Amino acid sequence: MNKLRSAAGLEQLRNRIMSQRDPERTCVVTSVGTCGLARGAAGVAQAIATELNKDGLKGTVDFRTTGCHGFCDIEPVVVIYPKRIVYCHVTTADVPQIISETVAKGKVIKRLLYTNPATGRKIVREQNIPFYGKQYRLLTDSIRFVDPHNIEDYIALGGYTALCKVLFDMHPEEVLDEISKSGLRGRGGAGFPTFRKWEAARNAPSCDGVRYIICNADEGDPGAYMDRSLLEGNPHSVIEGMIIGARTIGSHHGYVYVRNEYPLAVDNLGIALEQARQYGFLGKDILGSGFDFDVKISRGGGAFICGESTALMASLEGRIGEPRPKHIHTALKGLYDRPTNLNNVETWANVPLIINRGANWYSKIGTEGSKGTKIFSLVGKVNNTGLVEVPMGITLKEMVYDIGGGIPDGRKLKAIQTGGPSGGCIPESLIDLPVDFDKLTEAGSMMGSGGMIVMDEDNCMVDMARYFVKFLTEESCGKCVPCREGLDRMLDILTDITEGRGKPEDIELLEELGDVIKEASLCGLGGTAPNPVLSTIRYFHTF
Amino acid sequence: MKKVDVIVDQYGCNRDSLISILQDIQAGYHYLPEEVIRQVARRLDLPLIQVYGVATFFKAFSLKPRGKHLVHVCLGTACHVRGAPAVLDEVKRQLGVETGDTTKDMKFTLETVNCLGACALGPIVVVDGNYQGKMRPGKVKGVFKQYRGAIEGKQA
Repeated sequence: MNKLRSAAGLEQLRNRIMSQRDPERTCVVTSVGTCGLARGAAGVAQAIATELNKDGLKGTVDFRTTGCHGFCDIEPVVVIYPKRIVYCHVTTADVPQIISETVAKGKVIKRLLYTNPATGRKIVREQNIPFYGKQYRLLTDSIRFVDPHNIEDYIALGGYTALCKVLFDMHPEEVLDEISKSGLRGRGGAGFPTFRKWEAARNAPSCDGVRYIICNADEGDPGAYMDRSLLEGNPHSVIEGMIIGARTIGSHHGYVYVRNEYPLAVDNLGIALEQARQYGFLGKDILGSGFDFDVKISRGGGAFICGESTALMASLEGRIGEPRPKHIHTALKGLYDRPTNLNNVETWANVPLIINRGANWYSKIGTEGSKGTKIFSLVGKVNNTGLVEVPMGITLKEMVYDIGGGIPDGRKLKAIQTGGPSGGCIPESLIDLPVDFDKLTEAGSMMGSGGMIVMDEDNCMVDMARYFVKFLTEESCGKCVPCREGLDRMLDILTDITEGRGKPEDIELLEELGDVIKEASLCGLGGTAPNPVLSTIRYFHTF
Repeated sequence: MKKVDVIVDQYGCNRDSLISILQDIQAGYHYLPEEVIRQVARRLDLPLIQVYGVATFFKAFSLKPRGKHLVHVCLGTACHVRGAPAVLDEVKRQLGVETGDTTKDMKFTLETVNCLGACALGPIVVVDGNYQGKMRPGKVKGVFKQYRGAIEGKQA
C-alpha cells in the first residue's frame, strides 16, 4: 500500500474498497474481544475459518472477526449477514451445522437463538434483542463492521474523512468552535468541557513550540471496560480523534497510556497505529497536508492513581506515578513541562463523529448539560450484562429493567453503584433519576468512567463501602497524609462494623474523617475517596 | 545479563523509557532480580533509588521470583458483588498459597488484580493469560485440572 497523499486519494481508495464489497453477500461475523475469548471465541473463529475454506463454499462467503458487540453475556456470538441472524453461546461443535445449514441454505437453527427471558420467545435477528432496543450506539455500533486488524474496514465506513475535513477545509479555530458548540464533555470521569482543554493547550506558550496529545486509556475504575472495548474493537476511531486534536492544538507528538492488564487492546492498537502509518494517516506530511503527527503506546504499570493526569504524565516520564498540585494546569505545563492535552479514549472517539456530522446534530442528543451518548458497563446482579451505549438522560430504571432485563432470580434491586471508587451507591428509591453528569453528582455519586454495578438485596452496603475503601487504601500513592492515613482509619472502622464491632459514634467519625480527606487531599483520588462511604451513610443509614 | 543490555539499547538508553524497559525485562525473567535493577540504574545513569522506587511503586513489577504459571483472580467491583472473595479463598486452598506468594515448587504464583475489564463474565480467574469466566468456588478445581500433575507434584 502506497501512502495516501491527498483527500482525493482517500476518496478513491474508499470507492475502490466499496466497489469490491457486496452488502448482499453472506458474511459470517464473530466477536473475539476479551469477553468473547474468555468464553472460547478463539476456537469458534478458527472452526469457522476452517469450515469456510472447504470445497463448495470457498471464496463465496466473507468472514470477519470483530471486537465485542456489547452483549457480553451471550458470548461467543456468531452473526450471519446480510440477514443479521445471531447465534449465542456458540461452541466449536456448533460451527459445522451453522455453516452447512444457515450459511449454505439460509436455514435458522432454533436451539442457538437467543431466548427473550421475559416472553420465552426465540429471537432471530441481533437488532431485535431487547438489550439493544433502547440503546443509541453512536460509537459502538461500528464495532460489528470493523475487523480491528484491517484499516480498510474503518475506511469503508467513512473513516478518516473527518480528518480530511480538518486538514483541508477547516481552520483549527473552526474545529475548536465546533467542539465547543457540540457540548462535548470529558468521558473519563470529571466531565470537563473538552474544548476548554483544547483551547488552553492551543493558546499556552511553549518554550520550544512542543505540545503533547495524550489518550488516557488507564481505565482503572473496577467495573468499567468501555475503553478496552473501543480500543480492541475500533482503535482507528480513537486514533482519528487524536490526530484531529493534535492538528487543532498544534501538536506533533501523541501518547496512548494504556493499562497493562489489557493485552488485546495493546495489540490491536499497535496494529492499527502501524496500518495508519502505512496509509499515510500518521507520520510526516499526513495526507500531503504538511502536518506531522505520530503516536506512541505506553503501557501502564498497574497503578490506579496513574489515571490522574499529573500522575499519568509522571509515569510517562519514567517516574513513579505521584500527582502534583494543579495550580498550573497540565494544559499549560504538562508532560515535560510542555502544554499537554489529555482526553479519555471515549472522548477521543466522539471527535470524528462531531466533525463529520456537525455540532448541531450532536448537541441535539442528550440533556441540557450533558450532550451525546455515554457508554456504560452494566454489570453485577442484572440479567443482561454488557456494554450499553445510551443517550445522556436515560433513567436508571430504563437501564436496569428495559436494557438490563431486571434482577436475576426475581430478587429485589437494592442499589446501583456508579463512578467507581470515586462514586457512590444510588438507592433503589432514586430509580427514576436521569443519568447525566450533573444529576449523578447531585445524587452524591458521579458519572466516573461509566461503570454501573447493580446490587440486589443480598449485597451488604457496608461491605461495598468497605470494598472501595480497601481498594483505595491499596491504591493511594501515599503522598498526602489525609488520604494515606485517613483511609486506613476509615477501613478499620468499616471492618469493625462489618465484623460486628461497630459503635453508634462510628458514623459521625466516618463523616468527619471523610470531610477532612476530601478537603485536604491533593488529587482527585483523595478528593473523592470518601464518596462511597458518605453516599452509603446518606442513603442507607437506618437505625 | 546481556539480555538486559539489549533491552536497554532497544529503547535508546532513554531514561523516560524506564517503565517500558522494566516491563520488557520482567516479561523475560518473570520478576526483577536485584542485579538487574542495579544494572538498569547504571546503564541509564539513574540513582538506584529511582529505579527501585518505580519497581516497587507499580503493581506490575515483582522483586520476588515468580512461578511458571501466573494465576490472577479479579477482585473488581463486578466480580466482587458476584462472589469473587469466595473464589479467591478456594484458589488459595487449591494452591496452598496466600495472595502474592508462589508455591514451593515454583509452579504457580497467585496474584489478585483490581479489574480485568471482562466484568460481564465475572468472577474471572486468569491462568497464563487464559480467561475463565463465571467462576464459582466449585469450578476452581476444574480450572486447575490441566495443571493437576503440577499441583500433585507440589504436594508430593
